[in-house]
Amino acid sequence: MKRLDFTVEDHGLQYTGASRIEGPLVFIERVQDVGYDEVVEILDPAGHLRLGRVLEISQTHAVVQVLEGTSGLATRSLRARFLGESFRLPVSQNMLGRIFDGLGRPADGGAAPLSSDLRDVNGLPINPVARRYPREFIQTGISAIDGMNALVRGQKLPIFSGNGLPHDRLAAQIIRQARLVNETAGFVIVFAAMGIKHDVAEFHIRNLRESGALAHAVMFLSLADAPSVERLLTPRVALTMAEHLAFACGQHVLVLMTDMTNYCESLREVGSARGEIPGRKGYPGYLYSDLASLYERAGRIEGAAGSITQTAILTMPADDISHPVPDLTGYITEGQIVLDRELFQRGIYPPIAGLPSLSRLMKDGVGAGYTRADHPALASQLFACYAYVKRVRGLADVIGEEDLSPLDKRYLQFGEALEQRLLRQGEHENRPIALTLDIGWEVLSLLPRDELHRVSDALAQQHYHGAELLA
Amino acid sequence: MMPVGNSLVSGVSGPTVTAIGMAEAQMYEVVEVGELGLIGEVVRLLGDRATIQVYEDTTMLKPGAPVRRTGAPLSVWLGPGLLGGIYDGIQRPLPGLLAHSDAWIRPGEKIDPLDLRKKWNFTPLLRAGDTLSAGQMLGEVAETGLVKHLVMAPPGLTGVIRSVVAQGAYTLEDSLAVVTTAAGPRELRMLQKWPVRVARPIRERLRITEPLLTGQRIIDALFPLGKGGTAVIPGGFGTGKTITQHQLAKWSDAEIILFIGCGERGNEMTEVLRDFPELQDPRSGRPLMERTILIANTSNMPVAAREVSIYTGINLAEYYRDMGKSVAVLADSTSRWAEALRELAARLEEMPAEEGFPASLPTRLAQFYERAGAVTTLGGARGSISIVGAVSPPGGDFAEPVTQHTRRFTRCFWALDTELANARHYPSIHWLHSYSEYVEDVSAWWEQKAPGYRALRNETLALLQREERLQQIIKLVGPDVLPDSQRLIVFIADLLKDGFLTQNAFDEKDMFCSPERQVALLRLILTLYRRGKELIEAGTPLAKLRSLTSVPRLLRAKSTFSDAQMDGLAQLERELAKELDELAHAQAHGPGSQA
Ligand SMILES: Nc1ncnc2c1ncn2[C@@H]1O[C@H](COP(=O)(O)OP(=O)(O)O)[C@@H](O)[C@H]1O
Ligand SMILES: [Mg+2]
Repeated sequence: MKRLDFTVEDHGLQYTGASRIEGPLVFIERVQDVGYDEVVEILDPAGHLRLGRVLEISQTHAVVQVLEGTSGLATRSLRARFLGESFRLPVSQNMLGRIFDGLGRPADGGAAPLSSDLRDVNGLPINPVARRYPREFIQTGISAIDGMNALVRGQKLPIFSGNGLPHDRLAAQIIRQARLVNETAGFVIVFAAMGIKHDVAEFHIRNLRESGALAHAVMFLSLADAPSVERLLTPRVALTMAEHLAFACGQHVLVLMTDMTNYCESLREVGSARGEIPGRKGYPGYLYSDLASLYERAGRIEGAAGSITQTAILTMPADDISHPVPDLTGYITEGQIVLDRELFQRGIYPPIAGLPSLSRLMKDGVGAGYTRADHPALASQLFACYAYVKRVRGLADVIGEEDLSPLDKRYLQFGEALEQRLLRQGEHENRPIALTLDIGWEVLSLLPRDELHRVSDALAQQHYHGAELLA
Repeated sequence: MMPVGNSLVSGVSGPTVTAIGMAEAQMYEVVEVGELGLIGEVVRLLGDRATIQVYEDTTMLKPGAPVRRTGAPLSVWLGPGLLGGIYDGIQRPLPGLLAHSDAWIRPGEKIDPLDLRKKWNFTPLLRAGDTLSAGQMLGEVAETGLVKHLVMAPPGLTGVIRSVVAQGAYTLEDSLAVVTTAAGPRELRMLQKWPVRVARPIRERLRITEPLLTGQRIIDALFPLGKGGTAVIPGGFGTGKTITQHQLAKWSDAEIILFIGCGERGNEMTEVLRDFPELQDPRSGRPLMERTILIANTSNMPVAAREVSIYTGINLAEYYRDMGKSVAVLADSTSRWAEALRELAARLEEMPAEEGFPASLPTRLAQFYERAGAVTTLGGARGSISIVGAVSPPGGDFAEPVTQHTRRFTRCFWALDTELANARHYPSIHWLHSYSEYVEDVSAWWEQKAPGYRALRNETLALLQREERLQQIIKLVGPDVLPDSQRLIVFIADLLKDGFLTQNAFDEKDMFCSPERQVALLRLILTLYRRGKELIEAGTPLAKLRSLTSVPRLLRAKSTFSDAQMDGLAQLERELAKELDELAHAQAHGPGSQA
């Protein structure tokens, strides 16, 4: 089997000249024996090889997407070689502790990893019958997540953020702290950077190094100055690595992909260069399917020891959650952690919005036997009461706080306590789940018992101590 | 199989493949493409060129690769063994694929939808000499503990039975009977094939008269669906479309459930596979899986197969309907199906209409929903198909084409609301934005079951509407300016929301609610309203009503008393009446009553 490397070997069919170059696309005429999605090497005038892949093939021509950009390429002199296979990544456990570029080539000065195990980076769909439903609670030590939007092993739970919000700090804290309650070892980390800045990548590398996790991490970096089309492959390369670690080596992998908005923009760029009919906001109509082909690569498989848990970071343009990128992501992932600018401006870290955040798999991963029996009812009640707080705040803005009823005033206190006691915590504070739940009850106890419809008498007797507070 | 001619691939662009040497090909004929024999369907013919929609991944497919014609249209296999099964969009059995390879679905794998070696116990119900007409049953097979499978003469076949086998164990391909028809003798087997894009014929359509009971209060009591009707569940992400569909699949009183996971999550199908064998049908006590067929073409599976998955599902549904059964088809999500249409149309370079969707979108949606209905089958039985489609509008905005067109062709609209979902008010079906056009059709049924149903329903909706208007005022000036008579409405509406409309899908006692309990809960709350109104008119302050000890109990009643604990509800009703009597008495006689 051939390996992708960059010494000029004598294989594959070579062609000289292109009929057209447009955006990231190169059109090559009269090709033969070329397959859809085949990898292409293109020799640029400076003598460097650039990678590309076939987007469309007919009897007369091939449309090649050049992953490393088309700048400097000329129609006459362009030389292309079709490698006879789709894009594959050599995978091995030795890649842990290493840093690669967005296409899987060493970026840390080290040697190319040796492996005879080559995996198609597109992956294959997991047979739903082969999946194991995720339900092991991951303690992140962050109350807003553990208490109200719990993450489980094998889940895909992205962070919806905005420019300038502390999503990187939050992701770093999750990486440092996330583990099962009764386990000491954390996750193996696979990191895919798409179009982020150097200092952000530096921040994550430092975080991994200082927390001792770097040796258990593999990083694929396609930074802001890398050609934008390259990003289309970066998450696929990273997920291929993750699948190997999880399902062949039995490791529990946490994949961090950032920033999905940059990824989607690259996809839009290619789509418009191909003259496709654009969908919403110019993004291609297949954005949903394309994103699904990434996000659905998370999960557990029956009989395999490892798992893939995914957190993707995406920045919502203009903080708009209905923008196609967060919108379609939310339709695919198993919930979302939404960061809120107002909380951030009030100095609350982590600024996790109470209401729009959701973990869809929480229902199966918390409660008796998982966290604590009171957890589901507590979370549901906190959400319901917090929703009412939002209404009361709206009312207070109109009629003034003094004119609120005594009960509504109490709701305001509750809301304040929820944000200041439960949500707010230190960046290096790692709260055990029991503490998170206890704080939850403490906050809830600011409200009269009769307001707590979702709490049974038995649970109230055990955990609610509002009677004393009210007295 | 047709001989390999010189049909060759001439171009590949994702799932769209062009081929030459196809002059003999027919529209919608199945072809096998390339060395792997990828399954595809001819979707356009131009001279000797064909455009093929391929249902599997085409990576590394090359021009010049062979194309093999099969001469047959894409067809579903029908026969015993479908129930309890899970298939991909082109009816490949997923457990079979798993056993054949590993956890990943690879292109080119071919597994029969049904097990041809398995023997089924067939009991003939007709004898030699009997006439057999299309759709009429020849005999039966106990397919699962829950479902009797009728072996029927396929549409188009009518004649006299020349011979029929004795009761015994037969495979799907064994000949069960020979029928003399006008066109000569024909053999009948359990296995039948039916072209996936063709609707199965019926004798006539019937009026809808019976509700499809779902056990979900806001649906059954306020916005009922009829057996044979159509409903749509639109909602932004996370508003509860899938959970609602799962609830319907679990608890509705259809005899057969067809759940089509169309372009959605893999884990959600896994969840059904995990839960359904464990859950019992509340009516028969049998595992729910025995009446369920799953079609799973998840979001990461090939998009062309997603397009066809809807037809595969509805065809299986029609097959069971033709046995005289009530079938519920749950499609999650029809938006992903529409997007598949859009993607394929774009690749065929069709002119796009609204938001890139093909101009045929409304027609396709109408055709799909028209396959619902209460009918007399060819065999003369009464059967029905109800269709419930989830819609995933971009940005949660119902003004988009799929929601709007679906609305035209369906008669029940369960509008999910992001704000309610954010407040964890589930199901987040909004009472003011939803409607059902089946209320009249099923009223008679309800009145018989629970006299007074109509009045309760109307009163509930009226209260909720008035509350909405009052909330507008409260938002501007606060609740204090409202008189107690109006604040009572707000109070009762809160009780309705927390004590009746919300229903936790994961609460053991409340996930299913019988019609009797639905009405009992509603009556409790509305009793408090009617009598509370009288008391307030007579001068009792609202605060007194609020502080009745029955009120918090009433709020928790739905998850305190299950369907089997109706006496607990009756007790609560008596205690509430007693407390109200006491208030009335105090009002009439007590010295402090004017406080
Ligand atoms: N009836 C319900 N009872 C309890 N929780 C619900 C209910 N409906 C929805 N939910 C909650 O909402 C989440 C999202 O619901 P889901 O059906 O997956 O949304 P959608 O399919 O609309 O994206 C679920 O994970 C669950 O936590
Ligand atoms: Mg869903």
